[in-house]
Amino acid sequence: MTLQKIIATVEDGERLTGSDFLQLEQKASVHQLAFLAHAVRMRLHPAPTVTYVIDRNINYTDICISACKFCAFFKSPEQNNGQVLSQETLAQKIAETQNVGGTQILLQGGLHPDKPLEFYEDMLRFIKTTGIHIHGFSPPEIVHFSKLSGLTIRKVLQRLIAAGLDSIPGGGAEILNNRVRKELAPNKCDADQWIEVMETAHHLGLRTTATMMFGHIETVEERLEHLQRVRDLQDRTGSFTAFIPWPFQPDHTPLAAARKIEKTTAINYLRMLALSRIFLDNVPNVQASWVTQGPKIAQLSLFFGANDFGSTMIEENVVAATGVRFRLSEATIRQLITDAGFQPQQRLMDYTPVQ
Amino acid sequence: MDTYIEQAGLKSILQKVRAGERLTIEDGRSLYNHPNILAVGYLANIVREQKNGNQAFFIYNQHINYSNICTNLCKFCAFGKEKGDALAYEMSVEEIKAKVRERLDEPIDEIHMVGGIHPDLPFSYYLDALRGIKEVRPDVHIQAFTCVEIHHLAQLAGQSVQQTLNDLVDAGLGSLPGGGAEVFSPRIRQATCERKLPGTGWLEVAKIAHQQGLRTNATMLYGHIETIDERLEHLDALRRTQDETGGFLAFIPLAFHPKNTQLTEHSGTTGINDLKNIAVSRLMLDNFPHIKAYWVMIGPKLAQVALSFGADDMDGTVKEEVITHMAGAETAQALGHKTLIRLIQEAGRQPVQRDTLYNILATY
Repeated sequence: MTLQKIIATVEDGERLTGSDFLQLEQKASVHQLAFLAHAVRMRLHPAPTVTYVIDRNINYTDICISACKFCAFFKSPEQNNGQVLSQETLAQKIAETQNVGGTQILLQGGLHPDKPLEFYEDMLRFIKTTGIHIHGFSPPEIVHFSKLSGLTIRKVLQRLIAAGLDSIPGGGAEILNNRVRKELAPNKCDADQWIEVMETAHHLGLRTTATMMFGHIETVEERLEHLQRVRDLQDRTGSFTAFIPWPFQPDHTPLAAARKIEKTTAINYLRMLALSRIFLDNVPNVQASWVTQGPKIAQLSLFFGANDFGSTMIEENVVAATGVRFRLSEATIRQLITDAGFQPQQRLMDYTPVQ
Repeated sequence: MDTYIEQAGLKSILQKVRAGERLTIEDGRSLYNHPNILAVGYLANIVREQKNGNQAFFIYNQHINYSNICTNLCKFCAFGKEKGDALAYEMSVEEIKAKVRERLDEPIDEIHMVGGIHPDLPFSYYLDALRGIKEVRPDVHIQAFTCVEIHHLAQLAGQSVQQTLNDLVDAGLGSLPGGGAEVFSPRIRQATCERKLPGTGWLEVAKIAHQQGLRTNATMLYGHIETIDERLEHLDALRRTQDETGGFLAFIPLAFHPKNTQLTEHSGTTGINDLKNIAVSRLMLDNFPHIKAYWVMIGPKLAQVALSFGADDMDGTVKEEVITHMAGAETAQALGHKTLIRLIQEAGRQPVQRDTLYNILATY
């Protein structure tokens, strides 16, 4: 198809094929991508609202046996300088979150070598006494728990849900392609397992998000494969609430030390954001990544397909470990949204507005 | 994409832009007030490509701020200090020369030198500074002293602006930067910089410089207390002056940074606001060859995006920039030219290394 026909396909609200995506990626100008992504966004969300959630990332441990080459956060068990957060620390972090109107925590950690499933169940039960929504344990953690416990993914999820797990974050997806995963994160769950966790969670009634970390060793075709897998699963279950693409932040990572990988520039972030919005016609929300892009580009993202500003993230550790340390208060997020001509609206994980 | 512009209610402006017709102040107001930055940016990109094709310029330059001692003490400025202030400094001519010498191994084509309105440095200091730089680096182009400083130097020397510029050119001055324009409106100057040379005076110095064959730049400091109409009056005054002289090379919208100024109740500018000022100035200043996205002020990320929203120049490698950083800019003090080239290439533009007067030195 010609570029004009592909553009018309998007404008007509029809689905793009993989080859359409590749042509659009290669041939469309930044203005064309932005206009199309914004049109898709306005079709899906005609109200000029931009949502955000007040939450905090809690990384219960930085001890991790995965040793992903793109990560600057983890400590290997042999380093002996990693830590596991105590219940007191968890309680204090949650109280601080609730005091600023926070509704959820994003609970994620490294793949700890020997904590039993009961440890995580206890953690959930303890946190649940505060009443806060627990958005926790990305698919690599679930797969890791399954291996350690010898239980199926389904059984692990059922037990965690019974202990208080409310939804699952889309982390650890990186690029859903096994060539990329073998090279960068050989100890992490593979692409099929990531999809399996999400599909099982969806069947068990959990909503989840999906992420993509791009801009390292992957090809454009591999990015497409990632988007295709997310779109296919969403066709089957409809339970992804949002898609969150962000570029690899190379500083202080083993990957960038081993080979020269330049940080993805703003324009390529915006292009990928727009392409994601255009291709994922069945995922309702797309988030801007102010944590990696800073306030100016994040605000501009609202014209490149994003309808959600993500979270206030009153604590964030993983991106910060790469030396990228943007901080935004709720007031600033609201002001950026208003200044861009939209109405800010606090939401919950499932995008229900907070009154 | 024209349908998106028509849907955005900008069809008549699109037609004018395509036909190369001048936009009215009323058009400028519609553009500033328009809620869709994509539509405004698309229009600006048309003009940008009409004038500069796919080229995006940068320069290998060095900044020297010879002194921050200043009698004007403008409210939007975090750089200027009273004499005797703990943070006040002034460089001797020897120190300026040392700064130039430090970087002799780099292929620097321009030295950008500005400072405060110093109460008692003699006119000879400025001439000696220029001569000193040329002594150390004879081939470098010196872009120095805003119109505000030039006016001050003329008073200091007790001679006309013409004669003052002649003396400075003889000592090595190559062109004037665009600073000190702020917003020309008397209301703004009264409220924020009442001791500074008025807007009419700034324009007068620029005109005299142009008549003497000097090229200069122009700026606008936005994002504080100015209104959209005051921005448009500012752009219009520049456009009329350029019609008369043709001496301006580039327009550089400058984002106000509130930290450490006397206007800290204002927040910094947002990305949309920055892009809008770049886009609208590209559309309104139809007789300016270049619009610069100054990455020191708006960050390299947004400056890169601005290359598709009207800007055709990223400024330079810049080192030791002090003025914006004292006002809390969190950008780096230098970008390597390799980084600049990569930012430009990834924006889909052709990197062009230029000299101060936009002669092409290299393309990548």
